[in-house]
Amino acid sequence: MSLAHRIIPCLDTDGSRVVKGVNFVNLRDAGDPAALAARYNVEGADELVVLDIAASRDHRPTFLETIRRVAAELAIPLTAGGGVNTLEDGRAILRAGADKLTVNTAAIRNPELLTVLAAEFGSQAVVLAIDAKRVGDHWEAFVRGGSVATGIDAVDWARQGVERGAGEILITSMDKDGTRSGFDCALTSAISRAVTVPVIASGGADKPETFLEVFREGCADAALAASIFHDSIQGLGELKRFLGEQGISVRQTG
Amino acid sequence: MNIALVEYGAGNLPSVERALARLGVASQRASSPEALASCDTLILPGVGHFGALMRSLGERSLVGPLRDAVARGVPLLGICLGLQAMFATSDEASGDAGLTLFPQNVSALPPTDRLPHMGWNQLRRVRPSKLLERVPQDAYFYFAHSYAALDAGDAGVAFCDHSASFVAVLERGNVFATQFHPEKSGPVGAQVLSNFVKFAGEKR
Repeated sequence: MSLAHRIIPCLDTDGSRVVKGVNFVNLRDAGDPAALAARYNVEGADELVVLDIAASRDHRPTFLETIRRVAAELAIPLTAGGGVNTLEDGRAILRAGADKLTVNTAAIRNPELLTVLAAEFGSQAVVLAIDAKRVGDHWEAFVRGGSVATGIDAVDWARQGVERGAGEILITSMDKDGTRSGFDCALTSAISRAVTVPVIASGGADKPETFLEVFREGCADAALAASIFHDSIQGLGELKRFLGEQGISVRQTG
Repeated sequence: MNIALVEYGAGNLPSVERALARLGVASQRASSPEALASCDTLILPGVGHFGALMRSLGERSLVGPLRDAVARGVPLLGICLGLQAMFATSDEASGDAGLTLFPQNVSALPPTDRLPHMGWNQLRRVRPSKLLERVPQDAYFYFAHSYAALDAGDAGVAFCDHSASFVAVLERGNVFATQFHPEKSGPVGAQVLSNFVKFAGEKR
């Protein structure tokens, strides 16, 4: 008996539609979030993440409506984020039906936001999302959808974020994102060793073996992927059966 | 049946409502002492902070009515923080008294494993359980918490192991609670909610 490793499909949206791209650019439409959510809920996803990657003030109500539509389809936990700048932004996302929220750019600008959110909603509801890219001999945190370098060391930032109240780290490798060349196990394990909270690995998912690697070598507690699930390149049930056969604790469904 | 979800500002109330609706069970929200007094079945959902929950209940004058309802024999289901609120005290808020349906303390889980305990885990059953009827022994349930009751006397019917052995399901008479979130635990979670509703229906 032990905590299962989680498989988490991610819906990157422009607020209302699922979009996808390689290395954060060349976005194209990949479907209706609620329809995909309903499918993953049945197929055995352990959790779902829905992000507003445009995160502009103007279409905030649209994204909150998307969260409501997605939450209505789920009997599993939902994490939502993108553009969370204030306590009220966080409250609106949780009220719309998310169980947890992700914070990224705003937390780097104002780390106190993590403390404020954790005090109000509990650490278990606050996920610190970090977009990291290899620069020389370390990984640097980037913000604004990966477009702006911060000069901040990603591992240090993860550690500090947890001290400030984050209850989970979602680490995305910008080098791997969209490439289907495997997760960044070195980055993930560096983060995992630095913090005591669960770590979700993101970016580079491909064959079932890549998930096995990130759980074993990357020490990830959960792995997130988008396009391989959206395009039905990888079935969730088949992936979990494979991991179970390899001795990884997973929640088998159906 | 008149099922009421105790409303005091908890975040997971809508998802519990939706989970009940999927079972074809209608529910309403109760946020006043009068509303609690007129219900024959209660659910206390909860996420967040033990002290904040108890203060919210206190501000709405719901602590006494909740305890009265339990004393009347009204079936009550506590979920996650709703389970913890049934105890006397918690490490999370040393100054705040809980509902004290159980005399024990809620403890901070030791940092042996990663915390929060976040994700899907299995149960160890130690006593017969009404909530877990027709639930497979190896079923996984969704947890998200850093505090837990380590002991509930004979009321502890199933435990979970993460950092420590803690109460995952408790049952005593008309009082039921789960540390996991049945409303987020897929088909097996729906079975647990259905079992509670069935018990409450028979009780009437």
